[in-house]
Amino acid sequence: MAALNIEKGTSRHSAYDLRDPNAETIETHTLAVLVDNEAGVLARVIGLFSGRGYNIDSLTVAEVDHEGHTSRITIVTTGTAAVIEQIKAQLGRIVPVHEVHDLTTEGPSVERELALFKVAGKGEKRVEAMRLADIFRANVVDSTLESFVFEITGTPGKIDAFADLMRPLGLREMARTGVAALSRGA
Amino acid sequence: MTQAMTGAKMVVQALKDQGVEVVFGYPGGAVLPIYDEIFQQNEIRHILVRHEQGAVHAAEGYARSTGKPGVVLVTSGPGATNAVTGITDALLDSIPLVVLTGQVPTFMVGNDAFQEADTVGITRPCTKHNWLVKETDKLAEILHQAFHVATTGRPGPVLIDIPKDVQFATGTYTEPRRAKVDHYRPRLKGDMEAITRLVEAMETAERPIFYTGGGVINSGDAASQLLRELVDATGFPVTSTLMGLGAYPASGKNWLGMLGMHGLYEANLAMHDCDLMINIGARFDDRITGRVADFSPHSVKAHIDIDPSSINKTIRADIPIIGDVAHVLEDVVRLWKSRGRKVNKTAHAKWWARIEEWKKIDCLKYEPSGTIIKPQYALQRLEALTKGRDRYICTEVGQHQMWAAQFLGFEAPKRWMTSGGLGTMGYGFPASIGVQLAHPEALVINVAGEGSWLMNMQEMGTAVQYHLPVKQFILNNERLGMVRQWQTLLHGGRYSHSWSEALPDFVKLAEAFGAKGIQCTDPADLDDAIMDMIAYDGPVLFDCLVEKHENCFPMIPSGEPHNKMLLGNASTDDAIGASGAVLV
Repeated sequence: MAALNIEKGTSRHSAYDLRDPNAETIETHTLAVLVDNEAGVLARVIGLFSGRGYNIDSLTVAEVDHEGHTSRITIVTTGTAAVIEQIKAQLGRIVPVHEVHDLTTEGPSVERELALFKVAGKGEKRVEAMRLADIFRANVVDSTLESFVFEITGTPGKIDAFADLMRPLGLREMARTGVAALSRGA
Repeated sequence: MTQAMTGAKMVVQALKDQGVEVVFGYPGGAVLPIYDEIFQQNEIRHILVRHEQGAVHAAEGYARSTGKPGVVLVTSGPGATNAVTGITDALLDSIPLVVLTGQVPTFMVGNDAFQEADTVGITRPCTKHNWLVKETDKLAEILHQAFHVATTGRPGPVLIDIPKDVQFATGTYTEPRRAKVDHYRPRLKGDMEAITRLVEAMETAERPIFYTGGGVINSGDAASQLLRELVDATGFPVTSTLMGLGAYPASGKNWLGMLGMHGLYEANLAMHDCDLMINIGARFDDRITGRVADFSPHSVKAHIDIDPSSINKTIRADIPIIGDVAHVLEDVVRLWKSRGRKVNKTAHAKWWARIEEWKKIDCLKYEPSGTIIKPQYALQRLEALTKGRDRYICTEVGQHQMWAAQFLGFEAPKRWMTSGGLGTMGYGFPASIGVQLAHPEALVINVAGEGSWLMNMQEMGTAVQYHLPVKQFILNNERLGMVRQWQTLLHGGRYSHSWSEALPDFVKLAEAFGAKGIQCTDPADLDDAIMDMIAYDGPVLFDCLVEKHENCFPMIPSGEPHNKMLLGNASTDDAIGASGAVLV
């Protein structure tokens, strides 16, 4: 047949980023979802992920515009390129969702997570924990003679690294907020 | 001018302002204030069903045959949960519905009160959107928003849960034009660059095909008109999903018939061998694609859909066009004409010659019988005796549904009501009631199986009460025919629970409800019996005893591509491989 002159699997000028449909590589993406802060909106988002079998690695939500009653949901998810594309389209379909941004593909972005670590120990271990906290720029937000609560902010990787170091030094409990993220630049 | 009124009155006022003429419902404790308001007015007609599922399917039938949203009113708890199947059915088939549910008073919500259910929680995944109204002042605006969301973009069911104290309390009514709906405005116009690429592809394609779906019908009558214009002007063959029948007329010269699992041989082979597939308002459902990896392997695929999540969901689109079918087709037709109405005529002649060869297979052929009514024969006679009338067809789900799609011809959109996506047995009878209410003078027939029909048989009470002359045409094989067919193909002929024992005497059953019953067992009597059914001014239960072991062909076994179709005379023993068995 005569060529139809359309390169298959591409999307010049399309609304979609069409990548190799057969790529089975699992990617991690950070999505920012701006929603009306109304009852049940988080349940809709979470229900979409569980109902359609998508993954949630991390999820944070808070109202960011009190006057406009809009909240920002930051979701870290994993999947093939096709699944990530479908997740974004499905999120966009939810009526109270205003915008869906894929911070992983839309250009450079910053990601931060806050964590609290409770580390108990005496003597050398206590000193070492304090010294490492200093290196990681963690703050002490509570202290007894036998324990510290450290507050640390950073990328999820930095927090993982800090957790690995604290474990042999008496890590008792840890609380993490999940990722908050913004695109770089204006 | 602001108006103060109770929440219950607001509901009725908002329905009037939205142009609602009919509400399908069932009263109960948590909606009594609304029923009291309905009692005190005459503009909106309330149809009392016999089960809430029936209310939702009736509203679906009303919506699908009119293009207007269907409205349902049910009580809290069991009223709402009984409606869930119908709501899910409407979601899968993109039918606009506004479902109003009563709820226990706000101060009792979460208290496990009598007839309390978490209705918004239960219906969140099966509605397009839903609301729990906590303040009477917000009720009117939410009602208007609900109609907007249900009917805008890809249509679907929405639900408003209204606690009883919100119905009693007084608040300020908001008129429709003041309700905020701006935020939900799906895009209607398609991207012109993508449309240009589609037109370029249409100009050079050697083996093109239009693959149309329910989106053409949902888009409105203009979309069907534009489709007809485009098909006839380009000369491309056209096939349709179960949902899209009637958008292009069955008598049209380019019509190939329905495609898919029980679609026509020529339609499926044309889909498999085409070089340009133009999907208009269909969604590459698994009943259509068969094995995805082998689906139409050599074609460039264009996909027109108003829902961005439909595009690239299962089949990658080479030319994705997000927009409303009518808007996009208008641009396609205009652009194609302005570029000189080019098509590859030489190649098309060869393409049509191949299609004509496929048609010669005569894939719907069956072995006739002079002693037993073949289900296909019953539908052929029904078609012949009702063709040309102002006719609407509903179906239940199963073999009879597929035979109806194969043997009945639809000349116009909105004439065919069937549960496509969810496959809900029990859909057709209440749907026919909704259709008949919208079209009192029309001939409304529900082609049914005895198994499906019994699932919502209580609605005969509704049909009799409101003098709705719906014709229930039951192809009674005393079997759950499609289950039995699959057991033949997949499960070694072990017919586990797929026959109907202790069936009622359908003629007596009809008479017990005050309707007319007709039984027909002999092919020689069939025409007269069908004419009796049509002539009777009232609901008829037509018990057509048919061949018990007939299988529905053609059939693409699950897990197979389009060109591995089973035909009627093929050996069907264990035709589906083990990997196909899991695909249903």
